[in-house]
Amino acid sequence: MTDSPRRPMPGTPSHKKARLDALASTAAPSGSSGGSAGGGVATAVSDAGRVASGEGVSLWMSAWRRLRRDWVFLFGAAIVVLFIVLAVVAPLIAPHDPATRVLIDQVNRQTNPVPGPQPGHPLGADYQGRDVLSRLMVGARQTLLVGVLATLGGLLGGMTLGTLAGAFGGWVDSVVMRVVDVLLSIPSLLMAFSIAAMFRSPSQWTVILAIAIVQVPVFARLLRGSMLAQRHSDHVLAARALGVRKGPIVFRHMLPNAMGPVIVQATLVLATAIIDAAALSFLGLGNPDDRSPEWGQMLGNAQPYFDSHPHLAVYPALCIIVVALGFTLVGESLRESLDPKSRR
Amino acid sequence: MSTPLLEVDDLSVRFTRQGQEPFTAVDKVTFNVAPGEVVGLVGESGCGKSVTSLAIMRLLARRGNQVTGSVRFAGTELLTLPDAAMRDKRGAELAMIFQDPLSSLNPVVPIGVQVSEVITRHRGENRAVAARQAAEMLDKVGIPDPTRRLKEYPHQLSGGMRQRALIAMALACEPRLLIADEPTTALDVTIQAQILALLTDLVEQSGTALIMITHDLGVVAGLCDGVNVLYGGRIVERAKRHPLFAEPRHPYTGGLLGSIPRLDGDRDARLFPIRGSVADNIPWDHACAFAPRCHQEGEKCRTVAPDLLPDEEARTDGGLRLLRCHYPLTAADRQRIEEGRA
Amino acid sequence: MSRYIVRRLLQAIVTLFVLSLLLFAWLRSLPGGPVSALLGERSTPEDRAALEQALGLDQPIFIQYLRFLERAAQGQFGVSTGVLPGRDALEIFLSRFPATIELSFFALTLAILLGIPLGYLAARHRGTFLDTGSVLFSLVGIAVPVFFLAFALKYVFAIQLGVLPPSGRQSVGINATHITGMYVLDGLLTREWDAAWDALRHLILPAVALSSIPFAVILRITRASVLEVLDEDYVRTAQAKGLRAATIRGRHVLRNALIPVVTTIGLQTGALLAGAVLTERVFTFRGVGHALAYGFETRDYAVLQVLIMMAALIYILVNMVVDIAYAAIDPRVRVR
Repeated sequence: MTDSPRRPMPGTPSHKKARLDALASTAAPSGSSGGSAGGGVATAVSDAGRVASGEGVSLWMSAWRRLRRDWVFLFGAAIVVLFIVLAVVAPLIAPHDPATRVLIDQVNRQTNPVPGPQPGHPLGADYQGRDVLSRLMVGARQTLLVGVLATLGGLLGGMTLGTLAGAFGGWVDSVVMRVVDVLLSIPSLLMAFSIAAMFRSPSQWTVILAIAIVQVPVFARLLRGSMLAQRHSDHVLAARALGVRKGPIVFRHMLPNAMGPVIVQATLVLATAIIDAAALSFLGLGNPDDRSPEWGQMLGNAQPYFDSHPHLAVYPALCIIVVALGFTLVGESLRESLDPKSRR
Repeated sequence: MSTPLLEVDDLSVRFTRQGQEPFTAVDKVTFNVAPGEVVGLVGESGCGKSVTSLAIMRLLARRGNQVTGSVRFAGTELLTLPDAAMRDKRGAELAMIFQDPLSSLNPVVPIGVQVSEVITRHRGENRAVAARQAAEMLDKVGIPDPTRRLKEYPHQLSGGMRQRALIAMALACEPRLLIADEPTTALDVTIQAQILALLTDLVEQSGTALIMITHDLGVVAGLCDGVNVLYGGRIVERAKRHPLFAEPRHPYTGGLLGSIPRLDGDRDARLFPIRGSVADNIPWDHACAFAPRCHQEGEKCRTVAPDLLPDEEARTDGGLRLLRCHYPLTAADRQRIEEGRA
Repeated sequence: MSRYIVRRLLQAIVTLFVLSLLLFAWLRSLPGGPVSALLGERSTPEDRAALEQALGLDQPIFIQYLRFLERAAQGQFGVSTGVLPGRDALEIFLSRFPATIELSFFALTLAILLGIPLGYLAARHRGTFLDTGSVLFSLVGIAVPVFFLAFALKYVFAIQLGVLPPSGRQSVGINATHITGMYVLDGLLTREWDAAWDALRHLILPAVALSSIPFAVILRITRASVLEVLDEDYVRTAQAKGLRAATIRGRHVLRNALIPVVTTIGLQTGALLAGAVLTERVFTFRGVGHALAYGFETRDYAVLQVLIMMAALIYILVNMVVDIAYAAIDPRVRVR
């Protein structure tokens, strides 16, 4: 147990790296790489308590069995489900069109820049006279889109790099992973800022791209790590001994088993993507076109009014916090339930 | 033997973990240890032997573990002792060594500190004196060049040396009782023998009583005065060493003995293993937990829980034996097993 | 040990090399190419020609890279176009650096002083209200956008309650001598207590906002690490030795549990730099982050170039120091 994967590896200790590697090591089924095989008294004791739990249950089934009773997971999942439902149906149920300046008549730059709550507009309107409640509801869709696309982009990039490195091995592997490590060592938000600043005219797509690129090394290392963890696991050795070729082993045996950690990481990345999008908007690196609202953009654009009309920022901020918390709770409890080490 | 040093009475440990069925790991275990006596607790992993020892030392976490019964050490009840008083006893009067010497040593603290901290704690010696006594202790357990070793870290020692260091820590304050929990399992065979010899020597010299926890009957044969065989958290057979080996009465004990390959036997001899695993246990409530794995299973085994009773039919002389079985092994059964092996 | 340090140094050099390549690539891919990016829109043709010459844009790509390195080594990064037009980019960094060090120091200290004890307590009382509460609190801490937290703090404590200053590093009326550029330290060094106190009051809100993420991360790492160590066999050995609770906690639990925490703290300097961009912007706290924020906003690539490079450099250095400290705590690292 001295070299627990959770502890940063000496030489290249990095919290991010170590965390990813620990997560990756949960990939191999039945914890062949994670758990302590020593069978010390502690394990004997916990074994004794688990005699009844049986062995034939799959990793996902036992994870689900734990999650079903985990209120942290249920709470997070409820938030996520609500958010997704809102994103789907919002345009149908929103009282107003989010881009129409329904209350523009009331807006006066000097005396009344932000119309307050009134009948038909419970949260008031923004600085352009648009209904805030409707914008928040419809904003769920764009926010989800940014989060999902950025995560998917990072995942695809990472999967390509990680699989390439894993498949080719040798110097390709060394070079790719060295670059990945350096990228991981750059503060991710700072990197997102720098990438977004490369484009002369920012748009929704540059925001998504910037956040996605930052996540590429994260997923690359994760996949690479879980492939490594599995390379020596019994089922891969067995497949190789049976003469299965490399490609099928990677795609049929190794990738599916890496799905657990990847899903966990994707859930957590979704949360950060939404928060990072807000930070980009705040620095003027976000999407300038606000006809289809997004929460991070609403929050970023509310900054001139913060001292006088804080509610314009508070509403989208609360939405972001709740949704980010929801995804984080789901991701963390998923990770714990899939980690053979934490099953006690 | 004279008055017992340790009296364990109806000791039970229930695991009450969240989201799991309560599980009785140790079920009304009763046994005594006399001063200087070597007692074995034998069984497969999961039989409750380690939990018993941790319960005696009060090292089980309070959450999720319910300990009942009584453990008296030199007349003092340990289970109700205040934490501070228990800490004063641990390491000074009762000590324990564990299975895996590497993980049982703190990786970032030098060996010397780990030995001398027991001495400073219980004897109130200052650091210099404690360090000198620690060096003497390391010398006593056969670690060469002890003064230099004091400054080394666990990863710099070999497996056998680590276990020796752990023994040094446990015996540094000359405890009256030492509990050794599978002390040789993690070691190479040659080292195992050395460590066992060392333990025997030391407890004999100092008159320390020893509880030897093991799954290895070979260890028992070389060391123990009395043996308790545990199965499913209960003692199923108790006897002195010689009678137990000569005439195992419980089918489980017989199975344990039958699982050992013998050099003097025929090369074609089959092993007589116990079928199944601990996972096949059934609860003791209205049955014998061992029934599903037992070659002797009869009609009462799945309906009536056997009690631990004095075994009057045993023929080998050697004092009182206890047995928990409806259909104990007879000479004929043992003969059959022997023939099966041949 | 010395072999370990040498190896770690070599590693840092490789990292630096890769980083310089990335930065070079970044600069090359800026809109309109590096020349327009560095000089801004209102540049004279002569300036452009001169810079093109200096960057060696007519030369093969690896020569361009060498030129880039050469200029970086000489501190020639160009002139600011947006943040402080006309000022030398490196100079801007140097003048702003002490403020950010001061802010980061306070924020990190706060995060450590709160995060480690709370993480330890949460682990010791696993599953209790204290544990769930502090874990949830840290998760919320991560979910709150840093700049929103900064705004909220500013709104409540500076605007509504008026107990702390809303922006800046020191009140205008204060007569303070500046030696190091770290105003609290300066006040202490010159015994201008009122100046030190005033600077400290300006630091509180930004430091609290900036510490939120490192605090949350340190808390959770400490908790996870202590939980893992509490399960280790050697802790049980220590208990079996009858050691006092304080000895077990200090020598056996914390000394092991803090090893990953130390590494994490080093890595949090990165999060601090990114957070400083947002926090300093909200509080108009004129440090490196403030300059970076305006650099991004005005696309001042000359300034961005220096600041990003320096941020990365500092980050690599800090982590190298942390790694060496790590080897000092954990004897196992030295051998390998």
